[in-house]
Amino acid sequence: MIVEIGHFALVLALAVALVQTVLPLWGAERGDLRLMGIAGPAAVVQFVLVGTAFGALTLAFVTSDFSLALVVNNSHTLKPLLYKIAGVWGNHEGSLLLWVLALAGFSASAVWFGQGLPLRLKARVLAVQGALGAAFLAFMLFTSNPFLRLASPPMNGGDLNPLLQDPGLAFHPPFLYLGYVGLSMSFSFAVAALMEGRVDAAWGRWVRPWTLAAWIFLTIGIALGSWWAYYELGWGGFWFWDPVENASLMPWLFATALLHSAIVVEKRESLKAWTVLLAIMAFGFSLIGTFIVRSGVITSVHAFAEDPSRGVVILFLLVVFVGGALMLFAARAGALEAKGVFQIISRESALVANNLLLCVAAFVVFIGTIWPLVSELAFNRVISVGEPFFNAAFTPFFVGLALILPIGSTLAWKRGDLNRSAFGLWPVAALAIAIAGLAYAVTSGRTLLGPIGAGLGAWIIFGALADIWGRTGRGDLAGRLSRLTRLPRADWGRIVAHAGMGSVIFAAAAMTAWVSEDIRVLKAGESFALGGYEVQMVAVNDVQGPNYSAVQAEMRVTRDGAEVVRLYPEKRFYPVAGMPTTEAAIDYGLWRDLYLVIGDPQEGGGWAVRSYIKPFANWLWGGALMMAFGGLLSLTDRRYRVAAGRGRVPVAAMLGTSKG
Amino acid sequence: MMRRIAIGLFVLLLVMRLAHRAHAVEPAEMLADPALEARAREISKDLRCLVCRNENIDDSDAPLARDLRILLRDRLSAGESDRQAVSYIVERYGEYVLLTPPADGSALVVWLAGPLMLLLGGGLALQRVRRRANAAAPEALSPDEEAALAEVLHRKP
Repeated sequence: MIVEIGHFALVLALAVALVQTVLPLWGAERGDLRLMGIAGPAAVVQFVLVGTAFGALTLAFVTSDFSLALVVNNSHTLKPLLYKIAGVWGNHEGSLLLWVLALAGFSASAVWFGQGLPLRLKARVLAVQGALGAAFLAFMLFTSNPFLRLASPPMNGGDLNPLLQDPGLAFHPPFLYLGYVGLSMSFSFAVAALMEGRVDAAWGRWVRPWTLAAWIFLTIGIALGSWWAYYELGWGGFWFWDPVENASLMPWLFATALLHSAIVVEKRESLKAWTVLLAIMAFGFSLIGTFIVRSGVITSVHAFAEDPSRGVVILFLLVVFVGGALMLFAARAGALEAKGVFQIISRESALVANNLLLCVAAFVVFIGTIWPLVSELAFNRVISVGEPFFNAAFTPFFVGLALILPIGSTLAWKRGDLNRSAFGLWPVAALAIAIAGLAYAVTSGRTLLGPIGAGLGAWIIFGALADIWGRTGRGDLAGRLSRLTRLPRADWGRIVAHAGMGSVIFAAAAMTAWVSEDIRVLKAGESFALGGYEVQMVAVNDVQGPNYSAVQAEMRVTRDGAEVVRLYPEKRFYPVAGMPTTEAAIDYGLWRDLYLVIGDPQEGGGWAVRSYIKPFANWLWGGALMMAFGGLLSLTDRRYRVAAGRGRVPVAAMLGTSKG
Repeated sequence: MMRRIAIGLFVLLLVMRLAHRAHAVEPAEMLADPALEARAREISKDLRCLVCRNENIDDSDAPLARDLRILLRDRLSAGESDRQAVSYIVERYGEYVLLTPPADGSALVVWLAGPLMLLLGGGLALQRVRRRANAAAPEALSPDEEAALAEVLHRKP
């Protein structure tokens, strides 16, 4: 019964989404207040309906309702509750439902927080959101319905893939989807602005919080995925340049560019057309990412079980929405005249350079991701484009970005003084070079990657500190310190996010360059030396988990005779799914992670054991968290709160502003 | 109705990629000579496990990857250079086995795309910004506008 309610709610949601699309658009054209007014309530109702459907599906998973095909294929009664819930989005249909829920959630938030928006703009934004919702709801109902029943329900389910039964991955998809879908708000604002034929500072102020929110979610989602790969896959890699990862990185890069260019629109009323184009591209690449992941075309060389028909539908939606938006852009971009002027040496130019580098980096990722397909189809040449290529082709642009970041963020708007900015940054540059040199000396020159990463990281982090100190103006120390506490949160957000970026760059280089690895056969009681530590395999035991059985090694790690930690790496076997997994045991630390993995039993006794020391691993995820936190600080800046709260304006006055 | 559409592709692809990742290089495969072994590992990172998804043979647990690792180590032990060993493998398995695309023919596109885009975009941006900077000086008012301005300024409220 509840399942039917959920199914019915989904169908109703489609109807509401259609209403939300058509009537407000028509109303906005005719200037009809009542028709425009439908958009808000419709968006909220749509959210409630999709939420009902999602709740119904979740309930079916929690209660293990095996009359649903989806539950049978992705759940099992023995599974812990958390993973029963995570099973809802651990599959195509359910994840699509989550996608649509996020979309409806963002529309409803636009209603709740966007009370200061001009009615006409708001109606158009919600109408575009409604059109997206309608398209994806139809896609779901007609090709991937999560509520399909089985005629003869089995006694138990097929279990969720064991690799996914993990807290890191349970929350990875929701964050990623909130990020992907959050960019739809930027897209809708861009399309609505093109319909209006007007982009101004106020538009920049409205679109930026949504982009920021989406960017925060994307950042956390990507970081969670990377962290999961690190501890779950058994050898401590954190980024593989896999098409699935690239699919999330491309929208992130565009969203990052959009964040920065929207500032220029907001503060200087320049780069308007470019910002609108970026907003379209950012969401377009979210859709391309969805397409890549779900159609499986990119990896078709070794076909698994992808469903090309789904890919075709997503490709169709991509062409309709992004193609349509781009045509609208081509027709209307000329009307978006820029107001602010700026010199070549200025904050604006620095942000243009930032945008250029980010977009080129995203383009490199895109070409690398699709080229195997293009090459095979167009040139009949089967090639691989893998990790070594991306490391070589992508990194230079990010190094460039890292180099200009501290300079750009201290340049003045409109007309900057390179000499003055450089003057403040000389100590930072000297410090960064010193740190790079120190890193080179200490690591006995094994590789340049580590020192360069350390230097760049220091350059950005200390550059951020110099930046915030520069904000406090002149005067005595006490005055500057007190001003420091009163700086707007947006300034603090920028500093924290930039420093986080520096930390990520440093950690990625350090982990790649300075990892130490050991592979050997070890019998119980034996020990070996690992970078200053002594690792002893005390015993190997069989243990039983709730839905798996495991072999667990007890490893004692000592340093100079004193025990540091006891670690318990496992090899698990999940009988329902028939799959083994490796559970690495990690001792997390500020300066290094100790990472132990137990492998197969060897002929002649003993176990294969791999161990790693991963330097500065936590700086990577810490840096990503700092970036997200910086975004959050920026999002709570006073000017957005004021803009959001500016709601109690008479309707007629609001319509007036939208006409003007 | 029992289409095997159940496991979402997102999940499935992830899993197919990762399923065999448990443990790659086994202690038994490793060469006694540390320098030679280090060379083998370095080369392995650029060779694709042909039956896996975007995985190098160094990380892969698939039997084919193991065969390739052993083949590579045999060639190196026989005294071949890195280049000879790799080209031997490429001859047998095709250039698909290389994770770094070769910089020739149509594959040159992936290598040149980024730099060309940077030049093109940079050129366009520079041109725009220049024009923008030159437009910085406000144009002088026409006589009509001057008159209109004077009228507005001197009008009594």
